[in-house]
Amino acid sequence: MSAVLSLQGLTVALPKGADRAHALENVSLDLNANEILCVVGESGSGKSMTASAIMRLLPPGVRISGGAVRFEGKDLATADERTMRAIRGAGIAMVFQEPMTALNPLRTVGDQIGEMFRIHAGLPAKQIAARTLALLEEVRIPHPAQAARAYPHELSGGQRQRAMIAMALALDPKVLIADEPTTALDVTTQAQILHLIRDLQRRKGTAVLFITHDFGVVAEIADRVAVMQHGVVVEQGAASQVLHAPQHPYTKALVAAVPPLHAPPPRPLSDDTILRIESVQKTYRTGGFLGRGARVTHAVRGVTLDLPRGATLGVVGESGSGKSTLARCIVRLIEPDGGAIRLEGTNLLALRRREMRQAARRVQMVFQDPFGSLNPRRRAGELVAQGPIVHGASPAAAMARAKELFALVGLDPAATERYPHEFSGGQRQRIGLARALALEPEVLVADEPVSALDVSVQAQVLRLLAELRERLNLSIVFITHDLRVAAQVCDIVAVMKEGEVVEHGPIGRVFTDPQHAYTQALLASVPGRDFAPAA
Amino acid sequence: MRVFALAGRRLAASLPTLLIILVGVFLLLQLAPGDTVDALMAQMGGGGDAQVAADLRAFYGLDLSVPAQLGNYLWRLVRLDLGFSSIYGKPVATVILERLPATLLLMASALSFAFFFGLVLGVLAARRVNGWPDTLISTLGLVFYATPSFWFGLMAIVLFAVHLEWLPAGGFEEIGAGYTGLRRVLDIATHLVLPTLTLGLIFLAIYLRIMRASMLEVLNLDFVRTARAKGLDETRVVVKHVLRNAMLPMVTLVGLQAGTMLGGSVVVESVFSLPGLGRLAYESVVQRDLNTLLGIVFVSALLVITVNFIVDLLYARLDPRIGAGG
Amino acid sequence: MRFLVAYLRSPPAMIGLVLLLVVIGMALSADWFYPRDPLSLAGRPLIWPGANPRFLLGTDNSGRDIAAQIFHGARVSLLIGVVATSIAIALGIVIGALAGYHGGWVDDVLMRVTEAFQTLPNFLLLLVFVAVFGSDIVTVTIAIGAVSWPAPARLTRAEFLTLRNREFVQACRTIGMGDGRIIFREILPNALPPVIVYASVIMAVAILLESALAFLRLSDPNVASWGNLIGLGRDVLRVQWYVSAIPGVAILVTVLAVSLVGQGLNDALNPRLRKR
Repeated sequence: MSAVLSLQGLTVALPKGADRAHALENVSLDLNANEILCVVGESGSGKSMTASAIMRLLPPGVRISGGAVRFEGKDLATADERTMRAIRGAGIAMVFQEPMTALNPLRTVGDQIGEMFRIHAGLPAKQIAARTLALLEEVRIPHPAQAARAYPHELSGGQRQRAMIAMALALDPKVLIADEPTTALDVTTQAQILHLIRDLQRRKGTAVLFITHDFGVVAEIADRVAVMQHGVVVEQGAASQVLHAPQHPYTKALVAAVPPLHAPPPRPLSDDTILRIESVQKTYRTGGFLGRGARVTHAVRGVTLDLPRGATLGVVGESGSGKSTLARCIVRLIEPDGGAIRLEGTNLLALRRREMRQAARRVQMVFQDPFGSLNPRRRAGELVAQGPIVHGASPAAAMARAKELFALVGLDPAATERYPHEFSGGQRQRIGLARALALEPEVLVADEPVSALDVSVQAQVLRLLAELRERLNLSIVFITHDLRVAAQVCDIVAVMKEGEVVEHGPIGRVFTDPQHAYTQALLASVPGRDFAPAA
Repeated sequence: MRVFALAGRRLAASLPTLLIILVGVFLLLQLAPGDTVDALMAQMGGGGDAQVAADLRAFYGLDLSVPAQLGNYLWRLVRLDLGFSSIYGKPVATVILERLPATLLLMASALSFAFFFGLVLGVLAARRVNGWPDTLISTLGLVFYATPSFWFGLMAIVLFAVHLEWLPAGGFEEIGAGYTGLRRVLDIATHLVLPTLTLGLIFLAIYLRIMRASMLEVLNLDFVRTARAKGLDETRVVVKHVLRNAMLPMVTLVGLQAGTMLGGSVVVESVFSLPGLGRLAYESVVQRDLNTLLGIVFVSALLVITVNFIVDLLYARLDPRIGAGG
Repeated sequence: MRFLVAYLRSPPAMIGLVLLLVVIGMALSADWFYPRDPLSLAGRPLIWPGANPRFLLGTDNSGRDIAAQIFHGARVSLLIGVVATSIAIALGIVIGALAGYHGGWVDDVLMRVTEAFQTLPNFLLLLVFVAVFGSDIVTVTIAIGAVSWPAPARLTRAEFLTLRNREFVQACRTIGMGDGRIIFREILPNALPPVIVYASVIMAVAILLESALAFLRLSDPNVASWGNLIGLGRDVLRVQWYVSAIPGVAILVTVLAVSLVGQGLNDALNPRLRKR
C-alpha cells in the first residue's frame, strides 16, 4: 500500500530565543489511505506542530527548515502559496480541538460549511445549500436544516464539532487531520464523535491523521501509532504492538502511566463519618431584568453523601453536572441555598463568616488550574505560609513550616524563594497541595487536581496524594471527570448528572456493576475502556 | 425583534442615569454664585432695587426651598418645559432647538469621517503590521491623538482660509448670500469641512488604533486558522471572517465616546464660530445663564443616550450572540 | 529587569521618554532660565521669533516673552496633568475595586453613577464646574480629576470581575483570609498594571482638557498656561500666527511624549503583544 501523505525527514525551526532550536526534528511518517494514524505525545512534543507544518499554517517566525511533505506528487514543504490554498480544505482538511472557537461566531454554520464549495468548487447557491444539508445529515446532527441556519453559539459543543467535521469532509479530501478533536468534549460526546470519525473514515476511505494526548483514545481508534517526544518520533508501529509491547523507554513509561479503568482491591473503610453532606441545594437565577427572561439553573439539587474518615469520596460527572459547584459549597466558596455540611457534627453552613474563617483550616481545597490557582506576584513560600499567618502563626514559623511542606510534597525547600511562573505545571500543583496542607486540615476537597497535567505528571501527583492520605490520615473529596483517575484513587464514588447523584457506592461495585443507565452509558463511553497497560 | 427588546431594555435602564445627571447638576448649580434673577438684573442695567429682585424670585419660584425647586424643575421637564432664558429672552427649549441642527450635522459628519478613515487605516496598518505603512499610519495616529483640536483648527484656518483662501474661516453658511436648495447645501458643506476635520481628528486616531489592535487580536483567533485551513486566501480571510469581528470593539467605542465628541464640539464650534449647542454652552457659562446651561446638560445627555441606543441596535445586528436568551 | 530591557528596546518608547524628559527639564529649569514673571511685560509686542535675539520665540500681543511662557507653561501643564491624573486614578481604583469585588447592589449603584458621568460630556461637566466654583488653577485641576475617573473605575472593575473568580483568590478565601486583605493585598497588585498604563491616557486627556479650557479663557488667567497663550494669539491669528502656533507645538509634544511612554509601558508589560 502506498502512502497518501508522506513526511520525509521534516524539520521545523523555531525562532531564535525559543527554549529549543527545532519544534520538529527529522520527522518521517507515512499516512496510508483508509487508515487512522494516531500521533500521540505530551504537551510540547510537537504533535500539533506537525499538523500545522503539513498545512503550512505555522505561527509567525516558525518555518520548515528541512525535509519534505509529499502529497499527490508535490512537495508541500516548498510548494507556493497558491498551490497550498488549493490543497487546504480540498485535498487535506482539518478539524481542531476547540469547537467553541474554531467557528466564526458571526456567521451561520451552513454559511461556513457552504464556503468550502464556494471557494473550491464554485457551485450555484442552490446546489451549495443542498450539499450543505446533506453533509449535516451525514454527520448526524439533530435537525440539520435548523442547524444550518443556526449560529455557532446556538449549538452544543458536540454539535459544533459535528459541524466542523461536516465542513472538513465537504470536498471528500484524501487526508483528514484531526488535532485533538475530542479533548474539549465530555466523555459521552467524545465517544459519539470518535465513532462518527471512524465510521466516516471507513465509508469514504479517508486517511486520517489523528493527534491526541490520550492513550485511551489511541486504543479506541488507531490503526497505527506514532509516539512523539520533544519534536522527535521515538516509536511508530501498529496500534496493538505499540500499546501492548512498547519498545522505547519513553513509550513504556507513557503507557504505564495510563490509569486502568479497573479499581484496585478495596481498602477497609472506617465506620466513623467525618463529613456529611446533607441535601445540599444550589440554584442560580440569571439574566432576569424585572423578572423577564429569567432562567433558573438547578446546579445542585438535594445531594446527600457521607465521607468516612480516611477515605476518598470520588464525585464524577460531565460538565454541568454540578460536581464543581458541590465542591465549592463544601468550603462555602459558594453559599448553598439549603441543606447542611456537617464536619464531625458541626454544621459549617450555620457558622457565621468569622467562625467559618476559623473552621476553614479543617477543610481545605486543591484547585484545578495550576496556573490560575497561584497568585503570580507572590513567592511560592509565601503562598504556602499565608494560611498559617492568617490563623495567627508568626511569619518566621510559617516560613519554616512552608519549607517542611515543600519537602513533604517533593519540592526542593530552597524553591520557596521562587515565583510561580518558574515552576512546571506538576510542581505548581504540588505547591497548591502544600498550601492546603499547611493548615493541617482533616478534609481535603480536590477539584480536578490532575486534569490539566500530562499523563506522566498526573501519575506522579496521584501517587503523592495517595501517599499523603496514608501518612496524614486525610479524608478526601475528589472531583473528577476522568473515570480512569477516579478508579485509581477513590474508595467510594458518586455519579452526578444535572445536579443530582444518580448512583453511589464502593467504586469496585459501581464500576463493575453499574445500576443506573447513566452510569452504564458513562462507563461505556470511556475510550479504550478495555485497554490497561500490561503491569 | 430580539434586537428591539434588547435596545428597549437598555433605554429603560438609562432613565435612572438621566435622573442622576439632572439631580446632580441641578444641585451643583445651586452652589453657583448668583442666580437667574441676578443675571437678569445685570442685564437690565444692574439697578439695586431689592423689592423688584424679590418679586422676580417669587415669580420664578426661586424663593422656595431647594428640594421644592428641584421638584418643580423635574415636573416641568416631564412637560418638556426647560424654563426661560433671561439672556436670550426666549424659552430655553427654543434657544436649544435653534442651535441643535448645526451640532448634529457637525457630529454626524465628524463621526462618519473618523469612523470610515479609522476603519480603513486600521485595517491597512494591521495587514502590514510592523511594515512601513503600519509605522506611518501608527505614527500619524499618535500625532493626531496628541494634537489639541482647537489648535489644529486655528492652524487650518491660517493655512486654508487665510493663505490659500480655499475654504471659509468660520460660520455655518454665507450670511446674506441668500442661497437656496443645492447651492445652500454646498455652501454649508464647504463651511463644515474644516470643523469636521478638526473635531474628527482625535477620534480618527482613536478608531484607527483600536481597529488595528482589534484586527491583530482577531487574526490570532482559532476560527481564522479554520478559515485558512479551508484554503481561503488572505483577502477573503480578512473580508469574510476578520473584519466584522474586529469592528465590534470600534462600534462599542463610538457609543462610549459620544459624550466626548459632544464635549469636543464646544471647542470646535467656538473656533469656527458655528451657531451650535457647544457654543451655546460656552456662552451660557460666560453669561451665567444657568437655566440654559442646565437645559443643555439635559439635551446633551438625551443626545448621548440616543446615540448609544442606535449603537446598541447596530451592535446587536452585527453580533448574533447579543441578547440570545437574555 | 526584563521589563526595563523590553522598554528600552522599543524606539517609540525611547523617543517618548526623551521628549518627556525634555519637557520635565523645561519645567524644572524655568525659574533658572526665566527668573522674571513670565506674564510680565518684557518688550515690544508682536516681535517675530528670531527677529530679536533676546526673545528667541518672539513676544505676544501684549509684549510678553513667549519662550518664558512656554517654559513656565510646561510646569503648569505637567502639574495639572499629574495631580488631576492622581485624583482620577485614586477615585477610579477605589470605586472600581468596590464595585468589582462586591458585585450586587454596591456594583449597581456605583455603576449607575459611573454611567451618569460617562453619559454627560466631560467637557460640558467641566464647564459646569467652572461656572459654579470659578476658574483658579486648583479648582480647574480638581475638576479635571473629578470628570476623568469613570474610565479607570470601569477598567479596575473589569479587572476585579475577572480576578475575583480566579482560583488563587478562591484559595485565599478558603484559607480564611478577610475581604480587605484579599482586595488590597491579593487582587489589587494584579489589577494595577493596566490601570497604571491607562494613567498615561488620562494624563494626556487632562493636559488637553486644561489647554482647551484655557483657550476658551475659562481657566486661571494668572498662570502661564499654553492654552491661554493660544487663546490670546487667536486675536492676531491672520498675521502673527506664530503666537498660537508655538504653544500648540508644546502641547502636542508633551501629550505625544506621555502617550508614547504609556504605550511603551503597555507593550513592555504585555510580552504577548510585544512579539507582534
